[in-house]
Amino acid sequence: MLMFVLRRIGVMILTAFALTFVVFYMTNLPPNLEKLAKSEASVRMEDDAVISWLAENGYSSPVLQRYGEWLGVVPGWTRTDETGKITGRCIKAGTDPATAPGYCGVLQGDWGFSTVFKQPVSEVLARSLGATGWLMFWVMAVMVPTSLLLGVLSGMREGSRTDRVLSTFAITTTATPEYVSGVILIALLASATAGISPILNEAGWISGKTLFPGTATSAMDDITFMNFFLPVMTIALYGIGYIARMTRASMTEVMTQQYIRTARLKGVGFRQVVMRHALRNALIAPFTVIMLQFPWLLNGVVIVETLFNYKGFGWTLVQAAGNNDINTLLACSVVAVFVVLVTQLISDIGYVFLNPRIRLA
Amino acid sequence: MSEPWDPSKPILEIENLSISFFTRLREIPAVMDFSCTVMAGEAMGLVGESGCGKSTVALAVMRDLGKNGRITGGSIRFKGRDLTRMGEEELRHLRGSEMAMIYQEPMASLNPAMKIGAQLAEVPMIHRGMAKDEAWKLARQIVADVRLPDPDRILNAYPHQLSGGQQQRIVIAMALMSKPALLILDEPTTALDVTVEAGIVDLVKDLGEKYGTSMLFISHNLGLVLDVCDRLCVMYSGEAVETGNVEEVFDKMRHPYTQALFRSIPLPGADKNARPLVAIPGNFPLPHERPRGCNFGPRCSYFVEGRCNAQDIPMVDVADAHRHESRCLRITEIDWSAPPAVARTAEKAEIGRVVLKLEDLKKYYSVGTSAFGGGMKKVVKANETLTFEAREGETLAIVGESGCGKSTFAKVLMGLETATSGKIMLFDENVQSTPIQMRGTDTISKLQMVFQNPFDTLNPSSTVGRQIIRALEIFKFGDSDAERHARMLELLDLVKLPRAFADRMPRQLSGGQKQRVGIARAFAGGAKVVVADEPVSALDVSVQAAVTDLLMDIQRKNKTTLLFISHDLSIVRYLSDRVMVMYLGHVVEMGTTDQVFSPPYHPYTEALLSAVPIADTRVQRNRIVLEGDIPSAVNPPPGCPFQTRCRWKSQVAGGLCDREVPPVRTLEGGHQIKCHLPDDVLASMEPVIKIAAE
Repeated sequence: MLMFVLRRIGVMILTAFALTFVVFYMTNLPPNLEKLAKSEASVRMEDDAVISWLAENGYSSPVLQRYGEWLGVVPGWTRTDETGKITGRCIKAGTDPATAPGYCGVLQGDWGFSTVFKQPVSEVLARSLGATGWLMFWVMAVMVPTSLLLGVLSGMREGSRTDRVLSTFAITTTATPEYVSGVILIALLASATAGISPILNEAGWISGKTLFPGTATSAMDDITFMNFFLPVMTIALYGIGYIARMTRASMTEVMTQQYIRTARLKGVGFRQVVMRHALRNALIAPFTVIMLQFPWLLNGVVIVETLFNYKGFGWTLVQAAGNNDINTLLACSVVAVFVVLVTQLISDIGYVFLNPRIRLA
Repeated sequence: MSEPWDPSKPILEIENLSISFFTRLREIPAVMDFSCTVMAGEAMGLVGESGCGKSTVALAVMRDLGKNGRITGGSIRFKGRDLTRMGEEELRHLRGSEMAMIYQEPMASLNPAMKIGAQLAEVPMIHRGMAKDEAWKLARQIVADVRLPDPDRILNAYPHQLSGGQQQRIVIAMALMSKPALLILDEPTTALDVTVEAGIVDLVKDLGEKYGTSMLFISHNLGLVLDVCDRLCVMYSGEAVETGNVEEVFDKMRHPYTQALFRSIPLPGADKNARPLVAIPGNFPLPHERPRGCNFGPRCSYFVEGRCNAQDIPMVDVADAHRHESRCLRITEIDWSAPPAVARTAEKAEIGRVVLKLEDLKKYYSVGTSAFGGGMKKVVKANETLTFEAREGETLAIVGESGCGKSTFAKVLMGLETATSGKIMLFDENVQSTPIQMRGTDTISKLQMVFQNPFDTLNPSSTVGRQIIRALEIFKFGDSDAERHARMLELLDLVKLPRAFADRMPRQLSGGQKQRVGIARAFAGGAKVVVADEPVSALDVSVQAAVTDLLMDIQRKNKTTLLFISHDLSIVRYLSDRVMVMYLGHVVEMGTTDQVFSPPYHPYTEALLSAVPIADTRVQRNRIVLEGDIPSAVNPPPGCPFQTRCRWKSQVAGGLCDREVPPVRTLEGGHQIKCHLPDDVLASMEPVIKIAAE
């Protein structure tokens, strides 16, 4: 067991290296660096000036060396200009170069400085991950119980009317991507001119112009049902359909197993058959799927946060990518790798605990 | 549920029961006009081939026919109350408390994610509202009752931690938790090994006597029914064709199907020349293609045109008998004691030179033990020092229970695995370390295999003819497609399939026909050595005889060496020249069929022989029930592999069995035996099977 976890962590670190190197290489291609120089210094720079700016800021050394500096395994660059002033990667403006550390990279906890947010990346990341964490928490809190309930209800009597109605619902929601369902939900519930808000407004049922606000910016400070309902539902709807389908498939399969017949012919009532005998076996497969949903949520988060202007991880990623913020992008990719691999680790370990056959086999 | 009920009345009374399954296309009648009565304390056997509707009857009694099945007529009265008119709630109270069922596959019947104790305790908690700890106490007692060792450990175990035999005992314990009046057993031992089966059968019989439970025992194995039941009902194609006391039906059968069934199974007590197997011609009719009149008509040798297919045949009482009925119009006209008409005696093929020779063959596997990889590597000794020869035209049977290494041996021989050490000589070629992809076409076509399950071994999307031609192409037979096509048709003739079958898809064939295709494929390249791995065990009894005969015929024609792997001792005795008995990777006994089947035995062979149920009332068996399960090959016992279950162990001085693997001893006539028992003890062994004088 311990070996397994260690091995998985090893894989995780390797993957993180590979992925960050790819991102690092791509963002450090010469045209991109030129763009960076122009946006940081002056838009109308000559080519010579660009080259010297890059040299001054440590971008002229080989890619591998710079990657090592970013990681913190190669000493940060230092440079002495004509006036004798020493600048360097690890030397903050206004500090004495002699006291500056030799290494400053991810391993030292220094994620660099964000060019878009004008803040250290670690601060940006902490704030945005916190915000996204709340969003994910509420999405999971809505999505998991709803989808399992729907899946179990439709799977326990395959082909019944309940099954057909719920399956139709699940297929519809899972066939609607977030950018479509988000727009539909806004048009339906959060528009002053379309959907149900004008009707409710005329009837005097709501005081404001719209039923729900069209943005979730205010949720950054204070999460309420009103400002969080739309973003949470947009992400959750897609997942609900997906997990419900999985649960249903698993449940219908379990219900045809012989041990279910055994239970039924023991005289166990239908409710108890479902609750005691079928449920645990039926949840083994969806558990993996739910864990796989976490990385998928990152994807949904990018769209929904942008759509509802909620300044979380996804929004930060979009901003960083749009504005050539290399350090922030790199940090985001590291976070993504860890989210994906940690959830996989949890899902594998959890699977073993749900399924006694694996634990002791 | 303690309404007054007269114990002299039948517990279960099924009258004119008809059951149909409804599909989108049509209504498929599964059971028609079925009647039977089970008295208190009586064990009723339901016998028939697969698809005859015996399991459907059992499920109908439990009223669990699924969504498509419906009872279309008749009544099922349990203790005088009609089950067909009961509501779900009423049925729920009966199920598990007054009627209980034991299933064919114990592993699938137990909930994999629940502890054994919880599954057992549930029954009294539901039906008698018993408190949890009290229910667990009862469960512990019943587990001890079904003779399982260490009940406390078992109650806290999950099903996958038990062996197949233990699981079946748990299923039985579950059925007994509330002391039901009626127990339905649906092929309870089919998935188990013979020696384990013997233990389960004994248990069921004892418990039946102890609790006075009535039983409905469903099986395709006539020998088992003779062991367990008082009365018997033979079913064919959805109808009961004969019912009566077991002895009467066995000795004085009054229906052609029952007679044909008995003639198609080999009996270990009988000689193959005096009593040759007679296969039932034709195939089992599909439910929607049943003939008019007697269902068995088209396959019956007593069939009379215009009478047997004129009207529905009713069940009639057999004269001079007690509760013996038969569904035949010609009961009084047929001479039931006439011996089978076929007396075709085939010349035994000459046994020629040695074609296959094994010396000290070993096959070890190493397996990881932890769920997450890593952990200790363990070695499974699947085959230990196999040494034997097989000659041209000879049938060598390899016998043993699951896990004894017989299939591993076949894999090594075929080249699907390579041997760990030792030698395999095929003709004069050394093949032990040549995997199949490295073997020459010639070697491959000379050494072929017939597989156990004909349903899975044919490609479902390719025609039968195409698959045989493909084999011919691989064996580089013939120069043109026309030549290969002609050869394919010859092969179909060889296995007695109509030539029109060349264009059929495998799904259009019955199990026996598929197995014939498998045989044709194996013989396509003129195979000299054929490994038949349980070739008939997946087939119905009436078809088994035909396929077995076919194999023997081809063998005689081609002088093939047949390695016949089987766990069915009756068929082994019927067709083999020499027998090799395996246990935990060791060959424990080898000799001619007569040597192995008569004393002196190896103690394991003795137990194996005594465990086989025999469908003959004249045979007396000396029953030896082995305690415990087969040890795991991962962790075999020290010394003699069989010492943990051997009843003769005390006869060997000085605990030799615990310490040393016995050497191979050669008795007179080349009879080999791997046992420490001294000669005088071996000589004093009694035959296990005796035929009572008539």
